[in-house]
Order: sequence, then C-alpha cells, then structure tokens
Amino acid sequence: MVDFGGWDMPVEYSGIVAEHMATRTAAGLFDVSHMGEIEVRGPHALQLVQHVSCNDASKLVVGQAHYSGLMTERGTFVDDLLVHKISDTHYFLCVNASNQDQDFEHIRAHNGVGAQIENAGARYSQLAIQGPKALGILQRFSTTPLDSIRYYYFAFGKVDGVDCMIARTGYTGEDGFEIYFAPEHSEKLWSALLDAGSGHGLLPCGLGARNTLRLEASMCLYGHEIDDTTTPWEAGLGWICKTAKGDFLGRDELIRQKEKGVDRILVGFEMQDRLIARDGCVVSIGGSPAGRVTSGSPAPFLKKNVGMAYVPTASKAPGTEISIGVRANQAPARIVPMPFYKRAK
Amino acid sequence: MYPSDYRYTKEHEWVKVSGDTGTIGITDYAQHELGDVVFVEMPAVGAKIAAGKVFGTVESVKAVSEIYAPVSGEVTEANALLSATPETLNTDPHGAAWLVKIKLSNPSEASALMDAAAYQAFISEKEASA
Repeated sequence: MVDFGGWDMPVEYSGIVAEHMATRTAAGLFDVSHMGEIEVRGPHALQLVQHVSCNDASKLVVGQAHYSGLMTERGTFVDDLLVHKISDTHYFLCVNASNQDQDFEHIRAHNGVGAQIENAGARYSQLAIQGPKALGILQRFSTTPLDSIRYYYFAFGKVDGVDCMIARTGYTGEDGFEIYFAPEHSEKLWSALLDAGSGHGLLPCGLGARNTLRLEASMCLYGHEIDDTTTPWEAGLGWICKTAKGDFLGRDELIRQKEKGVDRILVGFEMQDRLIARDGCVVSIGGSPAGRVTSGSPAPFLKKNVGMAYVPTASKAPGTEISIGVRANQAPARIVPMPFYKRAK
Repeated sequence: MYPSDYRYTKEHEWVKVSGDTGTIGITDYAQHELGDVVFVEMPAVGAKIAAGKVFGTVESVKAVSEIYAPVSGEVTEANALLSATPETLNTDPHGAAWLVKIKLSNPSEASALMDAAAYQAFISEKEASA
C-alpha cells in the first residue's frame, strides 16, 4: 500500500504483469475512488466550463463526455479531465485525485459568470472495469443495455441495485466502463464485480498496472507528460484544443504558440536492448542532451520497454535514434509512432 | 522456507558456502517486495566483488534495486537463466535463480552473517512493524 495523492492505495494485488495481462485479455477491476469529481450547474454552467477548459463543450450532447484540459492563462495544464454533459445546466467533471482541490479553487477563482460549483469528491466512489470481458461481466448486474452506451458516452442506471452513472470511458486503452456511485455502496459493488468476474479471468488491479496500461496505450499522466509548463500542442493533444470555439483561459497564448510552432514535442520511444528507461532519465540525440523521459517502464503486453519524452521538434520523426542515460549506461532507443498499443476493433 | 545451510544479510541477499566457492542470490522476501522481475544486471566473470558493496541490480516492473555482496570474491559464473528468464527470480529465488558463483577471498566472512533462524526473526520483526 502506498500514499497516492493522500489516498492509501495498493500498488498491486497479485502482480503488476498478471493484472496488466488480465486487463488486456479478460478484465481488470480498479478502485479509482480517489479521483475527484466537480459538479458545475445552473444557466451559466456551459459558459464556465467553456471558459476554463480547452475542448469545446458546446459540441457535447446530453449523455456524452470528452477528454479536455483545464488551462492556465499561459495555455498550460492545470489538469486533464473528462467533461460529461448531464444536461444543458449540469456538467460533471472527473479530475485527478492529486489536483482535486487546486482544480476546484482554479474554477472557483474564474467563475465570473456565477455558475453553481461543487467539489463533490466526497460524494462519489468510482470503480473501473476494463477489458474485452468487462461489458459481459458488468451486464449481469444491470438492466441498462450496456452495449447501447457508445464509447465516450454515459447513462444513468442501476448496477446491482445501486444507482450509478455508467460511463464507457477508461484509462487503459481497452473497452470498459467507469461507474460513479455513492460511497456507502463501495464494498458491495467491488465484491459483486470481483466475484462475478473471477470465473472469467478478471483480476483486481492496483496502481502499478494502472500505470503500465495507460503508458502502453500512450495516455498522458498529469505531472509527467503534462503539467503547468506544457501546452496541448507540445503534448500532442492538439485534438482537444479548440481555439475556434471562442475565448477561454490561455487561448491567446495557444493561438500564438500554434502560429510560431512549438520548440519541443512529446514523442514515444522503444528501447533497443534490455535496459529500461525510467521517468527522469536524460535523453540524448546525436550525443547532446535533448530532453528527459516523462514516463518509462516495461510494456508487458507488447513485451517491450517503452516510454515518452519531450524532444526538440526537429528531431521528432519516428525512426530517429536516441540514447537514454540508464544508470551508468547510454541505452539505445528509437522514436516510434504512438500509441504503442491500440486495441483490436 | 529459508534454507538452513545459507547465510543471510540485512539487505536480503543469501550466500551458500561450499569450501571456497560461494553461491549468491536474493531471498524470497526480497523478490516479493520487488514484484515481477524483468531484468537482472550482473558482473562479468572475473569481476571482483566486495562484501557490503553493490555488485548488480535487479529490476522489476516498478523499480530498480541494487544488490549488495554478502561476501567478497571473484565471479566465476553469472546465471545465464536470469538473462533469458529474469522472472525465475520470483518463482525460485533460493534455487535455480541464484545470481552469481564466486571464488571466496575470505571464506570466514560468511559466518558473521545471519543464519536462517536469525533471518526469519529479522523479517518477522520488519513485517510486524510495517
């Protein structure tokens, strides 16, 4: 058990590799109740969400979610998050556990329009069930036809008699669901899903597998690939940055940077021999230090060692040979396209 | 669990002495703490290792751990099994997954280390206070 953003959480239950492989081939169950939830309500809800985030929430329909960024005035990340549209006057934000209070403060400080906002983390527990068998296992506990919930959409329904928001989202690169519900039902839902799933290869998964899964799927982690010094353009997240939607915090800086071009960009790499690059290792190109590894680890499903790093834009092409300082060694690696892993359709 | 003819260090290495040959490995407690082992870095044949000094690393999915020599000597063999299948360290840390064999430079060093009972007590106390 370790302290993660103030929460006592397991690194693993039975082993990181076993949990990672179970999620890719059967199912994994994650207690992600540490995640933060912020409710934005009222006639000015959309205006506030639009003002503080970079994606275009006006494009969401009721029951739809999207990935977005909370922005500083400099166009850098306060946090990444999922925005869910519950109604025209109700948006539900899922934010990182470690940033929950800062995010709420940031939104509050920029709530000039007077929307009703609530730091609702204490009112929600969250479980994620991910993997090819996730839908089948979860379906046994719900009368909601889960297959009618499209990817990045959500519905309100019951799971094992408990009222839940059931979202077809996740942080693993697999199909699956994240369910939000009142905390008093946590143990019941966890046990029910674990029991039902164990006959189908489902394993409970800790922070270790959560990290290897998201890294293998080339998903960003706040504090690593993104933080308050990085912009969406640098992080390869231009697809969530909709400067045409109208004014928002950081928009002017972002437009400026888009026109000027970015000096550095996030790339994915694969190690060429047995050495494993870790967070913080120095990346060199042509013999000169060029950046640092933002996340690095074995990728158990691919059976490779991979990572992400910021490099000068001129050097970003897949195939570029780089070398990474691992202990006393200069370990050879190569830039590769991302995502490293993409699930079969 | 912990072989009675091995000697143990506080850093969770073991050594088995046979005349002037020592076989060195890490304990079951160590492999359990590490998690899934993915890579093992060992010294080359002929390298000299010194008691109490780092002589290699064991890398798991989540972290790298330095390995300290329990006794001093010259490496005569590094376990090829661990190059091919590092995960064996998780399943057979006291047997097939030994790390190195050395020619001991000072065979009496091993007697200063913990015996199996003392090591078992040492880790029981660690687990109790965790």
